[in-house]
Amino acid sequence: MDIPYTVHPRADTGLYNAKVGIWLFLASEVMLFGALFSSYILLRVGAPDGTWPHSVLNIPLGTLNTIVLISSSITVVLAWASLKLNNFARYRVIQSITLLCSLIFLVIKSFEYRDKFAHYQVVQKDGKYVDGHLTGSVYLDADKKTREEHGFRGLSFTEGPKGAQKKFTLESVTVNGFEAKSLAEINNPKVGVHHEHKDFKIAAAQIKKIGNYGPWHNTYMAIYFTLTGLHALHVIGGALVIGYIWGPGAAMWKTDPERYINRVEVSGLFWHFVDLVWIFLFPVLYLL
Amino acid sequence: MQPTAKEAHHGDAHAHAHHEELGFWRKYIFSTDHKIIGIQYGITSLAFLFFGFCLMMAMRWQLAKPGTPIPLIGGMLQSIFKDMASGGIMSADLYNMFGAMHGTIMVFLAVVPLGFAAFGNYVVPLMIGAPDMTFPRVNMASYWVFFLGCLVMFVSFFVPGGAAQGGWTSYSPLATLVPTDGQTYWLIGMVLLITSSLLGAVNFVATIIQLRAPGMTWMRLPWFVWVQFVTAFILLLAFPPLEAAGVMQLMDKVFHTSFFLPSGLVVSGTPVDVSGGGSPLLWQHLFWFLGHPEVYVLILPAMGIVCEIIAANTRKPIWGYKSLVYSALAVGFISFIVWAHHMYVTGMGTKISTFFQTTTMIISIPSVIILTCLFMSLWGGSIRFNTPMLFALAFLPMFGIGGLTGLPLGFNFSDIALHDSYYVIAHFHYVVAPGSIFGLLAGVYYWYPKATGRFMSETWGKVHFWLSLLFMNLIFQPMFAQGLAGMSRRMYDGGATYAGVLDPATGDVVGLTKQMIGLNTPITHAAIALGAVQLIFIINFFWSIRNGEKVKTDNPWNATTLEWQTPTPPPHGNFASEPTVYRGPYEYSVPGAATDFTPQNQPK
Repeated sequence: MDIPYTVHPRADTGLYNAKVGIWLFLASEVMLFGALFSSYILLRVGAPDGTWPHSVLNIPLGTLNTIVLISSSITVVLAWASLKLNNFARYRVIQSITLLCSLIFLVIKSFEYRDKFAHYQVVQKDGKYVDGHLTGSVYLDADKKTREEHGFRGLSFTEGPKGAQKKFTLESVTVNGFEAKSLAEINNPKVGVHHEHKDFKIAAAQIKKIGNYGPWHNTYMAIYFTLTGLHALHVIGGALVIGYIWGPGAAMWKTDPERYINRVEVSGLFWHFVDLVWIFLFPVLYLL
Repeated sequence: MQPTAKEAHHGDAHAHAHHEELGFWRKYIFSTDHKIIGIQYGITSLAFLFFGFCLMMAMRWQLAKPGTPIPLIGGMLQSIFKDMASGGIMSADLYNMFGAMHGTIMVFLAVVPLGFAAFGNYVVPLMIGAPDMTFPRVNMASYWVFFLGCLVMFVSFFVPGGAAQGGWTSYSPLATLVPTDGQTYWLIGMVLLITSSLLGAVNFVATIIQLRAPGMTWMRLPWFVWVQFVTAFILLLAFPPLEAAGVMQLMDKVFHTSFFLPSGLVVSGTPVDVSGGGSPLLWQHLFWFLGHPEVYVLILPAMGIVCEIIAANTRKPIWGYKSLVYSALAVGFISFIVWAHHMYVTGMGTKISTFFQTTTMIISIPSVIILTCLFMSLWGGSIRFNTPMLFALAFLPMFGIGGLTGLPLGFNFSDIALHDSYYVIAHFHYVVAPGSIFGLLAGVYYWYPKATGRFMSETWGKVHFWLSLLFMNLIFQPMFAQGLAGMSRRMYDGGATYAGVLDPATGDVVGLTKQMIGLNTPITHAAIALGAVQLIFIINFFWSIRNGEKVKTDNPWNATTLEWQTPTPPPHGNFASEPTVYRGPYEYSVPGAATDFTPQNQPK
């Protein structure tokens, strides 16, 4: 049994099946990301004045990632065009650049993520904030022995083999950052001057609340991680498909070249969509 | 262009010439055949339909006889849910759990997969003269992702704390803060179900656009295909926002974000330790953005089935085919801009309420046109009152009641009084239970001979129909009265808490009257009877596979559409040779024709 129009377009629609399929799929993807962007708008509009964070993210890195993704969008077209010109070797080279770009993108993104998990905000009991990178934390056990940790492990933790567990309590943390009087000063760069970073050693007794810039930090970080996380999953998915077609799936070029070109085209359409989402994400999350 | 292309094509044809026999697993379990997948969807969803109904029977017992042990299954409930059902008595938490899961299961695991995925999969490719769906493997994936979603939902009953308890709408913050992992399972299950329906929807639309047989122009499509087309588009575009919402609630649940949790949230006197700043209204908007179009996903396939059955059993063309097509399209479009009529009491503002009230009234116009066309089609027909036709005929007034009682809920001023009362329950159950489900049962009786080569028992089918009709109405009709009397839909003791007391100052009874609360008992009796009647259907369904009356031809109902012009049951690949279509879908009793039906593939 053959399904018609898997390779050649149907006369009255002018499309082969997979192309119809991918456009429909992308339409639903638009609705998926559309809902998340709408949520972003609603959360931002609903946030009280001065509480929506600005300039939390690293704009140079974001710009670099934008350039990387746009480049991959160009190479994905050039790769397809090479196949159309029957130049398989050139396709192989150009499409490998696409795959490389996706990898670079993900590596940069993971550095950005890691940075947010090391970025802490401390609310002190006197009402002042300290915002910056946590460089060290000192814990004390029951015998008042000091122990240095580079990472923050909560206000206390227990460790050791069963039966001989020791409880460690936070004594102080060191944060490389700046002090601010209010959240507005941190969130809105127009209010405060550009802060000079220096080390703050804060005793545990002074800490009212401490936490990093993970998704739980505020709704901005929540939507940032959700949107970019979902986008990163799309990048991974797209790269896997393009990589499969480029590598193990390339045998089809010999047996059914037209269908192979269709596959490259359809995966390329998806890739463009992933780029397009980023082109909306970048200004919305980094610049606005 | 490529020298190898031609060779490749030859090689392809060669491979297909040897039609290898597939093994059991490939043929019946991991099948890519749309008919097998349709049957898989059908059986899974019918099983969940019954399961969802059983949850409700347990709840109905609690409503009629609050605080007494549930007979038969009480012991089992106690061993599964421990102190939530101690002594076999349903606790408030268990009632909430069953209520939430009844709604979820009935909508997402039963009626939608039955109407859209089961009937759509089995019938649409046959009706348009296609050998299969455009993407058979995606189709198989769609079923198995669905099955996984069902499994996650089912397993959630057995996790500590039990299944979701925040209602089928899972409103946050309630749903996020109920201390059970069941809600996390619910969200993961939903994401799987949405993914499955996305794969299905892409496949349906692509199939209808690409694989129509030669001559099958858009205006020659049976109306059933049109409604599946519209339904697929609704699923394609309305479900993703719920997926986004599900992901966000999952983030709230697992990573302690605050998408739907407002600042200053206090639960049982303790402030909740979250960053806050979220919006509970956002969840409701995203949920109902799917939730309302979903209503049309529930009803449109049933309407399509009813239309086919009416055409075949009145022996005359459907009245107003074009009106039906345009109305279905209009319903599809407008269904995207009515969602907030579920939210009149959230305080979202009168301007927004007015907008959604207006669109809600507008969408009733195409719905009424559809129903009117189906009613008008009966006029002057020589009607055959067989079982599928009886169910189809009952659909019309039952859906009519459901639709008309929805109007007071669509107006925001009357909705404020009726909101969250039993009136709402009665309204949407009339649409979905004696409405959609009757349409779907009609479809089972109608296409059963095509799928199996045998009829289901007519006699028992009629018994099933008349008793179902009777008990459906006995269940839902009194609920209108209860709702108008002010009974809330969420009371786990059947309203006993709000039983009327005599106000000595005025001499008036304040609260629910005895009669209204007393109605719970006959409703429960009717529900149990309805459950028992379904056993007739279940036995008939399985018994007839081997013992039903055999069909004498491939077209036992003498119908015109293409699914009857195939061998019975249709083989893999469906048609012996690709059919060509020469005429519209409903050419019955054409003057001068040899028979009172002219199949679509009969040359002029």
